[in-house]
Amino acid sequence: MAKFGSALFNRLVIVIPYAWLLFFFLIPFFIVIRISLSETAVAMPPYLPVFDLASGFGGFIDNIKQFSIDNYIWLTEDALYTKAYASSLWIAGVSTFLTLLIAYPVAYGMAQAPSTIRPTLLMLVILPFWTSFLIRVYAWIAILKPEGLLNQLLLTLGVIDQPLIILNTNWAIYIGIVYSYLPFMVLPIYSSLEKMDHSLTEAAQDLGCTPIRAFWRVTFPLSLPGVVAGCMLVFIPAVGEFVIPDLLGGSETLMIGKTLWNEFNANRDWPVSAAVATILLLILVVPIMFFQHAQSKADAEGR
Amino acid sequence: MKSLGSIRRSFAPWADPNSVPFIAVKNVTKKFGDFVAVDDLSLNIYPREFFALLGASGCGKSTLLRMLAGFEQPTSGEIILDGQSLAGIPPYKRPVNMMFQSYALFPHMTVENNIAFGLKQDGMPKADIAARVEQMLKLVKLDKFAKRKPHQLSGGQRQRVALARSLAKRPKVLLLDEPLGALDKKLREETQFELMDLQQELGLTFVVVTHDQEEAMTMADRIAVMAHGKVVQVATPPEIYEAPNSRFVADFIGDVNIFDGTVSSAGNGTVEIATQTGFTVRVASTEPPAVGAKAGFAVRPEKIRVGRDRPACAPLNAAQGEIWDIGYLGDMTVFHIKLKDGKVVKASSLNAVRAVEDPLGYDQEVWISFDENAGVVLKD
Repeated sequence: MAKFGSALFNRLVIVIPYAWLLFFFLIPFFIVIRISLSETAVAMPPYLPVFDLASGFGGFIDNIKQFSIDNYIWLTEDALYTKAYASSLWIAGVSTFLTLLIAYPVAYGMAQAPSTIRPTLLMLVILPFWTSFLIRVYAWIAILKPEGLLNQLLLTLGVIDQPLIILNTNWAIYIGIVYSYLPFMVLPIYSSLEKMDHSLTEAAQDLGCTPIRAFWRVTFPLSLPGVVAGCMLVFIPAVGEFVIPDLLGGSETLMIGKTLWNEFNANRDWPVSAAVATILLLILVVPIMFFQHAQSKADAEGR
Repeated sequence: MKSLGSIRRSFAPWADPNSVPFIAVKNVTKKFGDFVAVDDLSLNIYPREFFALLGASGCGKSTLLRMLAGFEQPTSGEIILDGQSLAGIPPYKRPVNMMFQSYALFPHMTVENNIAFGLKQDGMPKADIAARVEQMLKLVKLDKFAKRKPHQLSGGQRQRVALARSLAKRPKVLLLDEPLGALDKKLREETQFELMDLQQELGLTFVVVTHDQEEAMTMADRIAVMAHGKVVQVATPPEIYEAPNSRFVADFIGDVNIFDGTVSSAGNGTVEIATQTGFTVRVASTEPPAVGAKAGFAVRPEKIRVGRDRPACAPLNAAQGEIWDIGYLGDMTVFHIKLKDGKVVKASSLNAVRAVEDPLGYDQEVWISFDENAGVVLKD
C-alpha cells in the first residue's frame, strides 16, 4: 500500500507543474492563436467566429473553415508592424548591451568583495524591488525632464548651458530599461563569478598572464553562462516592454508593446493584436531556445 | 634511473659551505593585519633539491609558498632566486610555476590547451608548443587524454594534468601546494615515487608544501618543519626523525614516547636522566645538559623492545608494565604498555615471521627496554 501511495505521490509531483503550464500557459496561448486566426467584429467578444456548443460538430467544422491567416498577412503589408518589431529588437538589444556593460563590473566587484559584506551588497542590488516599479519609472520622469533634477545639477555645475532633451527620446528608454533590469543582469553574473575558484586566475597569472589577460582568458569565458542568462533575462522582457517606452519614450518611439496596446485598447482589434503577440512570441522563442541550449551545455560541463 | 639514484645518495649541497643557495629566504616576515603568518624566517634551498615545508595548517607554510610564487609580498625581508631579488616582481614574470592544491585546471579548456596555456602566453611558435605539449603528455602518461576536458578525468589524471601544465614552461623552481592531498592513499604512495623520479629526470628544484609527514619523509631531500610562522628544524628526513631538535619536532614527526625527568649525571658521552616515571635512562649524548637540569627523553616505538624476561640492562633503560592494548597492523604490531605509574608507552615490533609461538597477549606483565642510542635528549 505504501508503495502504491508513494508512486501516486511521485506522479502527482510531476503532474502539478505540467498542469500549471497547461492551464496557465498552453491553453491561453492557444486561445491567443485562435483569436489571431479570427476576424474582427463589432460584437461581444469582438471577433468572429465564436464557438458555440449548441451548433454541434457541424458548426465547429464550419467555424474552423472560417479561420484565416489574413491578420498575419496584414502584419507583413503594413510597414508599421515590421518597423515596430525591428525597433523593439534594436532598443532591447542596445539596452541589454548597456546593462551588461554596467552590470558586469558591479557583479565582479561584488564577487571580489570580502565575503562578510557580500550579503549586504546583494541586498542593495535587490532593494529597489521593494518600491513599486511604476513609481520608480515615474521618478525617472522627474529626473530626466528638461527642468528635472539631472539638468538642474548639470546646469548648476556648469557642464551644460542648455537643458538636455532626454525625456521622450530613445535615450530615456535605454536609461529606464537599464535601470529597471540591472538586477536581473547582476545576479546571474554575480552567481557565476562568485562560485569560481579564485586559484584559477592565480594559475593563469602564474603561467604568465597579466591580470587583465587572465581576466579575458579565464574569468570572462567561465562567467559566460551567467552573462548569457543575464542577457536573456533582460532582453526577453525588454522586447515586449510597454510601461517604460510609454512613460519615458516619445510619441515617435515605436515598440511592439505599445503597438499591441494600441491595437487592443484603442482599435479594439483583438485578432490583429493576437497576431502581433503570436509573432512576438515566435521572435522570442529563438533566443529562449539559444539560452536553454547554453544552459544545458553548461550544466553538462558541471559548472 | 639507477645511475641518478646513486648521484642522489651523495647529494648534500647544504653541507658544503661553498655551495650557493638557489633560493634564499632572508628574514622574511608576512603579516595579515595583526596576524603574523610568517615570522622572521630564513631558509636556503639548493639547486636540484626536493625541499618540503611541513607543518600543521596555519603554520605559514602555504603563505611562504605563495610569497615564492608572487601572490603575496613579504611585509619585510627578501627572497632571492638564482641571485636575483624577487621583490616587486609579479607572479607572471617569475621563473617559477606552481601546482595548486585544487589543481586549478581551466574547466573550459581541453587537457592540451591547459598544458599549452603558459606556452601561448610566452608567444612560443605553434609547432614548438605542439611538440612541448606532446612531450609533457608523454611524461605524465596522458597521451590519450589530450582532447578531454578536466571534468572528464579522474582525480589522479587531473593531478597529472596540473603537474604537466606547471612543468610545461620549464620553470627554474616548481612549487607544489599539497600536490597529493586529493588522491587516495594507494595512488598517493605511487605518485610520491613518480614525482621523485620526475624531479631527478628533469633536474629541477621542487618546493613542496605538505601537512603529511609521510609524504615529506618519502619525497624530500630536506624537510623544514614549521610552526607559528617559524622554521623549527631543517634537516634530512633521517635527521628529523632520529635526531629531532625539539619536543615539538619529536612529537610532530611520527610516534614518540617522551619521558620527562631531571639530569642525574652527565659525562663520557652519555647522560643519565631520572624520569618522573621512576626509572633512570642512560642516553648517548654529545652535548649533554647540565646536571640537575630538566630534560626530556624521546624514544620511538620501534626502538623499544618488549619481552617477558627481565632485560640485562635493568634497572637502567628498562621498566615493567602490563600490556594494555594490542594493534595488529599486518607488517607490525603496536603495543600499548601501561607502566606502574599509569603512563602508557607505545612500542611496536616488526612481524618478521608469519607465526609467533606463544605471542604476547592482553594484561601480561612485560618489560620494556631500549639501547643507549635508541632515543634522544630533549633540552627544552
